[in-house]
Amino acid sequence: MLEQQLVNALTLGSVYALFALGFTLVFGVLAVINLSHGAVFMVGSYAAALVVTRFEAPLWVGLLAAMAISGLIGLAIDVVILKRLRARKAPHLIPMIATIGVTIVITSAAQGLFGVEVQRFPEEMLPAGDFTVGDVHVRALELGIIAVSFLLMAVLFFALRRTQLGRALRAIAESPKAASLLGINVEGLFHLTSFTAAALGGVAGALISLNFNAITPFMGQPMLHKGIAVIILGGMGDIRGALIGGLFLGFAEVMSKAYISSQMGDAVAFGLLFLVLLVRPSGLFGRVLERKA
Amino acid sequence: MNPSRIALLVAGLLAGTAAAADIKIGIAEALTGGAAQYGVAIRNGFQLAADEINAKGGVNGNKVVLVIEDEQGKKEEGITVFKKLIFQDKVLMIFGPTLSNSMFAAGPVANAAKTVAFGTSNTANGITDIGPYIFRNSVMESDVLPVTVASAVKHYGIKKVAVMYGNDDAFTKSGYDVFKKVLEDQKIPVTTTETYVKGDVDFKAQLTKIKAGSPDAIVCSCLAEEAANIIVQARGLGLKAPFIGGNGFNSPKMFEVSKLAGEGTFVGSPWANTNPTPVNQHFVAAYKQKYSSDPNQFSAQGYDALYIAADALKSVKLSGNIEADRQALRDALPKVSINGATGPFKFRAAAGKDGKPAGFDADQKPFIYIIQGGKFTLFSGK
Repeated sequence: MLEQQLVNALTLGSVYALFALGFTLVFGVLAVINLSHGAVFMVGSYAAALVVTRFEAPLWVGLLAAMAISGLIGLAIDVVILKRLRARKAPHLIPMIATIGVTIVITSAAQGLFGVEVQRFPEEMLPAGDFTVGDVHVRALELGIIAVSFLLMAVLFFALRRTQLGRALRAIAESPKAASLLGINVEGLFHLTSFTAAALGGVAGALISLNFNAITPFMGQPMLHKGIAVIILGGMGDIRGALIGGLFLGFAEVMSKAYISSQMGDAVAFGLLFLVLLVRPSGLFGRVLERKA
Repeated sequence: MNPSRIALLVAGLLAGTAAAADIKIGIAEALTGGAAQYGVAIRNGFQLAADEINAKGGVNGNKVVLVIEDEQGKKEEGITVFKKLIFQDKVLMIFGPTLSNSMFAAGPVANAAKTVAFGTSNTANGITDIGPYIFRNSVMESDVLPVTVASAVKHYGIKKVAVMYGNDDAFTKSGYDVFKKVLEDQKIPVTTTETYVKGDVDFKAQLTKIKAGSPDAIVCSCLAEEAANIIVQARGLGLKAPFIGGNGFNSPKMFEVSKLAGEGTFVGSPWANTNPTPVNQHFVAAYKQKYSSDPNQFSAQGYDALYIAADALKSVKLSGNIEADRQALRDALPKVSINGATGPFKFRAAAGKDGKPAGFDADQKPFIYIIQGGKFTLFSGK
């Protein structure tokens, strides 16, 4: 039973990590807690499902569509809302509240367009196949999610650490003003970051809804709550933190359900989160933000 | 204008209102939000019934007008909508709300205002204990589940079961309480009891634990959306035991995730799609034609509920005094006995708590289904 629970925890943890990647990226660069990430994630699911069912496109086209459509929505949110708030030097809380508004708008729009009933990918579209080793069962999809989470994280990590673009982004994260004085196109990179983060959210939505096969306009909300916990735990704005934090939350949840009580899953997971934050207030990988105080 | 002409005018007006009086009936259902899949089906049932009744000239010549409000499946909205319908729209009675949770919150408002609140989908225990103005035609889980469990136990020779339920929802929690009692009564040991919360999509941790206890069946008090995913994930983990479901399993959604994963599942239901009575066959066909989708149990109960009210209204002489009319309707309802889409129906006075006056529950026999070949098939005994 333990082996199976470890596999369960790894899948759930990868799902959380995948969601948290884009979430933490936006915070790292724009210093905005973008609460519309859950809604964007939901849009990704619908985009993939629509493309796959309506146009009978192959699954990979669905994933690309999810990235593109979610990315564009993320870009639009940045251009229409966040940019104006930046220009007016709005204090930190304002963009966060604004993104709550965005969530309500997107969720209601999805309700109006697609209805509230759960939508699903047709069974025959899903990659079939599962692997059985001893008593452990893993579905091909779950392996896919684990692989994609780690792959995307590696790519992002590499891009941020080793490329010119990454250096520019890190400079912005340090100080947008200084970066702009150095000749970095700060606004352009903000747009790019918003697009990328939302695209990551979209592909996360598509992959996760493929795995659990239940798409609703409200699916982003519980994910958002877990996502916030993950990025706080991992350290705000840290890519490695999103992965480790996600896996940590997945393991804590599954193990407490398995060995304590399924009533206590969230209680134990969030209790552990609290304990970790007592020891490391800025999260596992977070730096202490003393300069900003 | 001379007095006689005024009198004539007044008489004419009175006659006019009497002839074309509208019977305003409030419908408070969850039309958006998570419970909307039930609420929308229920509203469709009501609209179909209202159209039919009005097409045949209404009730005693009066047209039935539905005042439809969205209570979003939330307790607070339920109360707000009830107040609007009772005090502002001055409806004769209210159907709804969709969820048992909301009825516990909004029911007392209607009861205090001496207005009938009639639930068509509230199956939790204690709903009609709210007061004498609370009615429902939804069959309680405590009437259905003992029959479901006994049929499954006999069919499979079940010795021990595992239990799974959603613990943050009045409907699934109350279903669990009933299951628990039924399993105790029928002396079936439980290997483990697992829970989840609304919005969960990953049930593998609980299912892995259930599998470790190797039960003969899994008793599940869940809504269809979760149930479908639970079954698929159970099969993915190599868990082959059949499921025994509560009312939430009564939905074609069971087959959307996977056509065949639910094979062998036992479900009890107050309504059978395939029930060959003419009333039911007419309902199924008319619903399909109007909404181009299949009806479910919830639309059938909504449909029947309006006919129940219409039947009661036939014996009520509307005076135009809203308080008196509401009371007259309340007093006429318990006597109704009709043959609806869900079969023969009559009310049964609820026992009530601590001797307080209580409302009326449904007195109906359930249908037991077994899922075979990706379809609900009526279970015929062996």
